[in-house]
Amino acid sequence: MTLDRRCLLTGEIMSTLKDAATGSTVVVKKITGGGEIKRHIMDMGITKGVEIYVRKVAPLGDPVEITVRGYELSLRKEYAELIEVE
Amino acid sequence: MTFFADCEERMNMAFTIALAGNPNCGKTTLFNALTGSSQRVGNWPGVTIDKKVGKIKGTDAELVDLPGIYSMSPYSPEEIVSRNFIVDEKPDAIINIVDATNLQRNLFLSLQLIDMGTPMGIALNMMDQIEESGDKVDVDKLSTLLGVPVVPISAAKKDNIGELVAKVMSVAESKTAPRPMKYDDDIEKVEAAAEEALNGKVPDNNIRFYAFKLIEGDKAVNEAVPGARESILSSIEEMEREYDDSADSIIADSRYGKISEIVKDTFVAAPKDERGTLSDRIDRIVTNRFLGLPIFVAIIALVYFIAMYDGTLGTSPGAWATGTLNDFIGDELIPAVEQWCEDNGVSDVLTGLLCGGILTGVGAVIGFLPQMIVLFICLVILEEIGYMARVAFIMDRIFRHFNLSGKSFIPLLVGTGCGVPGVMACRTIESEADRRITAMTVTFMPCGAKLPVIAAITAALAGAWWVGVVAYFGGIALVIVSGIILKKFKRLAGKPAPFIMELPPYRAPRFVSCARTVLERAWAFVKKAGTIILLTMILIWVLSHFTLSFQFIDPEADMGDSLLAAIGRILAYIFMPLGWGDSWELASATLTGLIAKEDLIGTLAIVLGDPELAEDEVGELLALILPDSGILSFFVFNMYCAPCFAAIGAIHRELGNWKHTAIAVGYQCLLAYFVACLVYVIHGSIVGLNMEWYSYVVAIISAAVLLYVLIVKDPFRQFKDEKEVEA
Repeated sequence: MTLDRRCLLTGEIMSTLKDAATGSTVVVKKITGGGEIKRHIMDMGITKGVEIYVRKVAPLGDPVEITVRGYELSLRKEYAELIEVE
Repeated sequence: MTFFADCEERMNMAFTIALAGNPNCGKTTLFNALTGSSQRVGNWPGVTIDKKVGKIKGTDAELVDLPGIYSMSPYSPEEIVSRNFIVDEKPDAIINIVDATNLQRNLFLSLQLIDMGTPMGIALNMMDQIEESGDKVDVDKLSTLLGVPVVPISAAKKDNIGELVAKVMSVAESKTAPRPMKYDDDIEKVEAAAEEALNGKVPDNNIRFYAFKLIEGDKAVNEAVPGARESILSSIEEMEREYDDSADSIIADSRYGKISEIVKDTFVAAPKDERGTLSDRIDRIVTNRFLGLPIFVAIIALVYFIAMYDGTLGTSPGAWATGTLNDFIGDELIPAVEQWCEDNGVSDVLTGLLCGGILTGVGAVIGFLPQMIVLFICLVILEEIGYMARVAFIMDRIFRHFNLSGKSFIPLLVGTGCGVPGVMACRTIESEADRRITAMTVTFMPCGAKLPVIAAITAALAGAWWVGVVAYFGGIALVIVSGIILKKFKRLAGKPAPFIMELPPYRAPRFVSCARTVLERAWAFVKKAGTIILLTMILIWVLSHFTLSFQFIDPEADMGDSLLAAIGRILAYIFMPLGWGDSWELASATLTGLIAKEDLIGTLAIVLGDPELAEDEVGELLALILPDSGILSFFVFNMYCAPCFAAIGAIHRELGNWKHTAIAVGYQCLLAYFVACLVYVIHGSIVGLNMEWYSYVVAIISAAVLLYVLIVKDPFRQFKDEKEVEA
């Protein structure tokens, strides 16, 4: 619902890290949300313009493992959804 | 003159130095290398995070190990502790340890530490790995660009530690703060305004740190200096419009932007192997989509068979070690002491207290020690090689549903062997909330000492095979229920941390650091056993060996006259609604279950006639005095109520204070009480048992309370303030 509306408003398709395919490399555009979780995401080095390589998904389907700034990080899909990428 | 010079020199010598750095960057190894054996372990005030302090070898300087953190945000207890220490205790210098193999993220903390305005030196760790991989770091240039002395070291190989100490001591002596890192002019302009608004309201040397935190909208700074952010709000908003982003993002972006520039100028990566590093290749197999789970099960099974297993296939080293020590205490040590007392004419009371109370009690606790050490060795190795983080990665999907982290799995599994090491294994969970909740629920799992109880109840219910199964699934169900309930009780659980977790590279375990961690944890437990557990053991012994008029009795003959029986008679009223409150024997047996759950059967054997009775015989006698429903409710309550004193002691160690421990134990008892009552009434209704009216009343109350705390979002009315702050 919200995604559709945003697409209509901006005329382009927003995708998040959650939708990025395993093995792909994406670039961070923006981190939505706020407060502690956003702060924590940025502290770990996920900031605007940084490249993220999606390494794998855990055996049970969540969380995901990514490579960012040369190290391995895992985060739940609910947080990956806050990271807009292209 | 000489007097003053002396004083000054002595003051210079007694520096306080803080050691700060990211998790997994070798901080503990460096701390050990710097301080050797002079360290003391305590707790940071208000939280259950270890605080380690030691003297730096060859100096008088005191080194304080700050918790491993990624940032100086005000969110996790680790971050708050670190911030407060640097701001309030004003260390003479900071050693910032930086992992050279992970420069970018490590430097993010360094840039914030530079803003603290405290003299500082950087220990660039893991240089041995950098050399091995062929990467190059221009240390001198890094030092120039950061404006902080940088010393390349290897903490694991103790390379260059002497130079690090010399450099840090000279930085501390010079009392010069690092040169501030300059960001874009637009940001510096807002920063200057923020400094002006804060002037005189925060310590002068930390002002740049506070200024940036104020701009970011840091909760703690906003509360400390009310109104300051409002006064510069217009310039912050102007900056936000210009960058089209929020202030906290702008600051984080420019810090990381600065870091990218610095790393580009100072770090040259060697061409990498197409297949990735060794760690990458291991990880590809170990957390593989298909192989990940089988490998996980195999590793956990291995740990279980090394440390806990004792059954038809043989005895594991852990179970053997504990069995041997217990046999020694029970069959050799205590009889020898008894003999010695008899030979030397020690009175019966004193002999009984010494052997029956103190030695038996503490023996029951210390008896766990060998098994705990074996288990800790396994767990510490898993932690050291980096597999623990993968356990959380693999199990997170399951455990998050009941508000626990994947790492809670291991304590719960260990808890099925013995609750004490189970609770102690919680130390490996970083998130304080998850750690506390896991520590409070581990003892719901049926441990080895509950097996005799299960055997007796099986016999009491005419050999019902399902008793054991129910015990395990009931335990798991209560862990799940508690996860949901306790997360709502914030004051007890603390704040949940978002699951965004570093997966550190796999490393070979190092013997010395593993051994040190194992000994630290074992020693913490011994200290507990030596104090509080000893006292409670003596108390129970006195209760069962003295009458109301304080005459010494032999409980095997006259248990009914003892203080324990007197207390049992009063407690019995509480258990009336559960269907087994008519006899003081059962209430007293429940009390002795606090020593060790198997003692419950021992006490029942004594009060039902003969101390030599076997478990199944006790069960058969129990069936004569209680209906099936009452037996079940007695069983449920004793399975899940307060654990033994040893486990309560371990819980206290993890929760940090007696108030929370009392709440935790009270919670366990209350939950067990509710569930036992429900079991009694439901089972009784099915089989058509004639029950008293108060059983129904308590059952209805139990059901209502349980449903309320499970379903209502905020049963304890404590979220209101936070929502206001967020809004």
